[in-house]
Amino acid sequence: MTTFAAAVRAPLTTERRHLAAVTFIVIGLINIFVFGLLARAGDASFELSLASASVKIPVIRVPAAPVCYALGVVAIGLGILRATVPFSPLAKRLAIAGVLACFLVSLLCWADAGAIPLNVIIISQGTITESIPLILGALAGCLCERSGVINIAIEGQLLGGAFTAAIVASAFGGLWVGLVAGSLAGGLVGVVLAVFAISYLTDQIVLGVVLNVLVLGMTNYLYDRLMSTNPNYNTGITFGSIKIPVLSQIPIIGPIFFDSNIFLYITYVAIIVIQVALFHSRWGLRVRAVGEHPTAADTVGIRVLWIRYRNVILGGLVAGIGGAYLTIGSVGTFIPDISSGFGYIALAALIFGRWTPLGALGAALLFGFCEEMALVLPTVNPALPAQIMNMAPYAATIIAVAGLVGKVRPPKADGQPYVKA
Amino acid sequence: MTETPATGPDPAPASAGSAAAPSAEPAETAAAETGSAETGPAETGSAETGPAEPGKSAGSRARLTGTVIIQAITQGSSAVITILAIFLALVVGAFLIAFSDPVVTKAWSTFFHYPLYALEQTWDSVSFAYSQMFEGAILNPSTVSAAFHGGSIAAIFYPLSSTCAQATPLILTGLSVAIAFQAGLFNIGAAGQWVGGAIVATWLGFGVSLPPVIHVIVCVIGAFVGGAVIGWFVGLLKARTGAHEVIVTIMLNYIMYDLLSYLLSHQTLLQEPHQTNEIAPFIANDATLAHVGGPPPQVGIGFLIAIAAAVAVAWLLSRTTTGFEFRTVGASPSAARTAGINVERSWILVMLLAGGLAGLSATTVIQGTNTQLTFNSYGTYGPDGITVALLGRARPIGVVLAGLLFGALHVGGTYVEAATLGQVPADIVQVLEGLIVLFVAAPVLIRAVFRLRSTAGTGMEAVAKGWNG
Repeated sequence: MTTFAAAVRAPLTTERRHLAAVTFIVIGLINIFVFGLLARAGDASFELSLASASVKIPVIRVPAAPVCYALGVVAIGLGILRATVPFSPLAKRLAIAGVLACFLVSLLCWADAGAIPLNVIIISQGTITESIPLILGALAGCLCERSGVINIAIEGQLLGGAFTAAIVASAFGGLWVGLVAGSLAGGLVGVVLAVFAISYLTDQIVLGVVLNVLVLGMTNYLYDRLMSTNPNYNTGITFGSIKIPVLSQIPIIGPIFFDSNIFLYITYVAIIVIQVALFHSRWGLRVRAVGEHPTAADTVGIRVLWIRYRNVILGGLVAGIGGAYLTIGSVGTFIPDISSGFGYIALAALIFGRWTPLGALGAALLFGFCEEMALVLPTVNPALPAQIMNMAPYAATIIAVAGLVGKVRPPKADGQPYVKA
Repeated sequence: MTETPATGPDPAPASAGSAAAPSAEPAETAAAETGSAETGPAETGSAETGPAEPGKSAGSRARLTGTVIIQAITQGSSAVITILAIFLALVVGAFLIAFSDPVVTKAWSTFFHYPLYALEQTWDSVSFAYSQMFEGAILNPSTVSAAFHGGSIAAIFYPLSSTCAQATPLILTGLSVAIAFQAGLFNIGAAGQWVGGAIVATWLGFGVSLPPVIHVIVCVIGAFVGGAVIGWFVGLLKARTGAHEVIVTIMLNYIMYDLLSYLLSHQTLLQEPHQTNEIAPFIANDATLAHVGGPPPQVGIGFLIAIAAAVAVAWLLSRTTTGFEFRTVGASPSAARTAGINVERSWILVMLLAGGLAGLSATTVIQGTNTQLTFNSYGTYGPDGITVALLGRARPIGVVLAGLLFGALHVGGTYVEAATLGQVPADIVQVLEGLIVLFVAAPVLIRAVFRLRSTAGTGMEAVAKGWNG
């Protein structure tokens, strides 16, 4: 059946090549005719250092409209190349990255033309802070789904982590206790997911949706009964920022990557560890074998169910940290439904990133950037309606998924419970 | 039906085995799943006895029916599983109610001195909450006794009519999700499609003047179209580019929320004049759906639309070629393709219908209970639609029953919050809903808890498809 399905799908590659090319060209045309023609007169200017920085970098000024035209032409050129010349997989990815970069720079030029300078550092910091829960959520999904268990409950794991971290940190006055408790709460949702999906063979999509409903209901209920009546359970304490001694002094890179609270550094570690473990270790080979072909893995003596249990719970612990970030890592206080769909966006990032940690990282950063743009742009340029800017990340995702990524290939046994024959 | 060979009941023994043999159970389970909780086992009983024992007397027929019912209970037909799942959810919910009640936790702290007092307090807390929920949603005995002493008879039916009114949009979004499930698609986007329908219905409702009855019809059709366009777009992207419908529908939800906010914050668009809030004008009186007597909530045209839609979906799925194609595509797209079915066309069409049903859900709220669109109007109809569809096993009759149950829980939740002065928040209902669907989805667990004999079926048949389609 598989080979047959592949045969039926085969014509899609040529179609896909054309589709990608058309998408590139459409993006190029948007750069030219939307951003270029509609840009207000004047230069777009970008600041590359914070006001507090010791080494100042001069403000970069570029004429907005011509830059948009030039980048539009580049994108169209890449589109024509893509349609005519066969690209290697690496070249394909570079081309996508290039076109996206053209689009984003044009967007910034258009928005900032004739307005106060945009501070690139602040935007980058914002992008990263918006992305952390998405990255951790997507990594959690990656751990689960590579072992063959669909995890739609990321949203619930984030929310559970956020609530528990806030209440434990407030009640015990210890941020680290809160972080651990948040992680464990995510892990607990992971345990429930694992027990029902692996042992009770429950439909995993149903299960994920239901766990999200359940955690939302639980946290709302407990918020009403405990937190809203007793502010001592929701004090809003947060982790402070940690400057990495030497690295944080580097211009541009320093303030973006090495001056944040503990969650950013946890995220770095999580990305590297999970990427290396999944794709460059025996551990990861076994996990992927279980996710692709559990029967074969079982035949060579890999304990399928144990690996699935372990990975689903590990994923829950990671997502729980992402949830804890939402409260004790950023705003402090818990409010009902604080995760507000981050888990679903993380799921989209996971699929968009083709079930790899690095791919998911890229997708999560893209979403984070768009979220940040929606916050920043209306302050730079009040003429832009905030709601339309808010739509941009989601519209971009649809364009990307439909035009650039298309049919993705999940782990073969994803979502199928394993029953020993 | 969507059962796959791996998880679905095996039909072979049913045709070969004799009626009373336990091997006939799988077929019976499948039949009972289509029926309601009350009629399921009885129907299958007569179906069992009919062909196998044609000449037997009425007495033995009754005995056989009895055996079948007992078997259904001891082995757990899906109707029985559903009832037990609801029961188990209420038990778990009871713990939550009891142990977040300060009086109860205080009583338990002195458990070793006054054990009975602790148990009594726990029972009081839980039974009060649940009885209030029942009175709010189904029947309040005091209205019955009041009716005997000259009170209003209509008051007796007030809780039930509230339940129906609450259930109406849930049934429609549930159908939206369910029909997509039948074709193997997961429609998380009922919320966005709901907004699409609501925008069109609102605009037609206040911006256009038409003769009375025609106005209502135009608005309802407009809402259907508004939702259908959103759904169609999802299906089109899936068919043309392979974009996964889960991602596209999630993203479209956010896009539609932002679009709604944009439209509602501009006076030239949908915002009510002289308003700073995100709120649209009331729709014209002749565009509202009529109620059967009294002010809303009352059973109105909206509820009838929901029931009619359920019947239409049931007819479409079981009696038409299109419905057969949907179900075949849902069972296996590649097999459907081999059989000459245009899979892409089915995806597009089913998403169009799913969107339209979500749009109809909006109409029952905007033209029915609320008569005004605000930014918060979309509520949780979309996500609730998913749980309703899952509890209803993606079948129209199941969706109607599940919608009524959730409607009752919503009404009961609001009532109990008011009755306990906020001591038991209405959010308890969300927990109960989640638990019910969780347990229904895990019949293996229910069988283990209630010591039912296990049968061939290992789980809820796959209504949702994973990423591998």
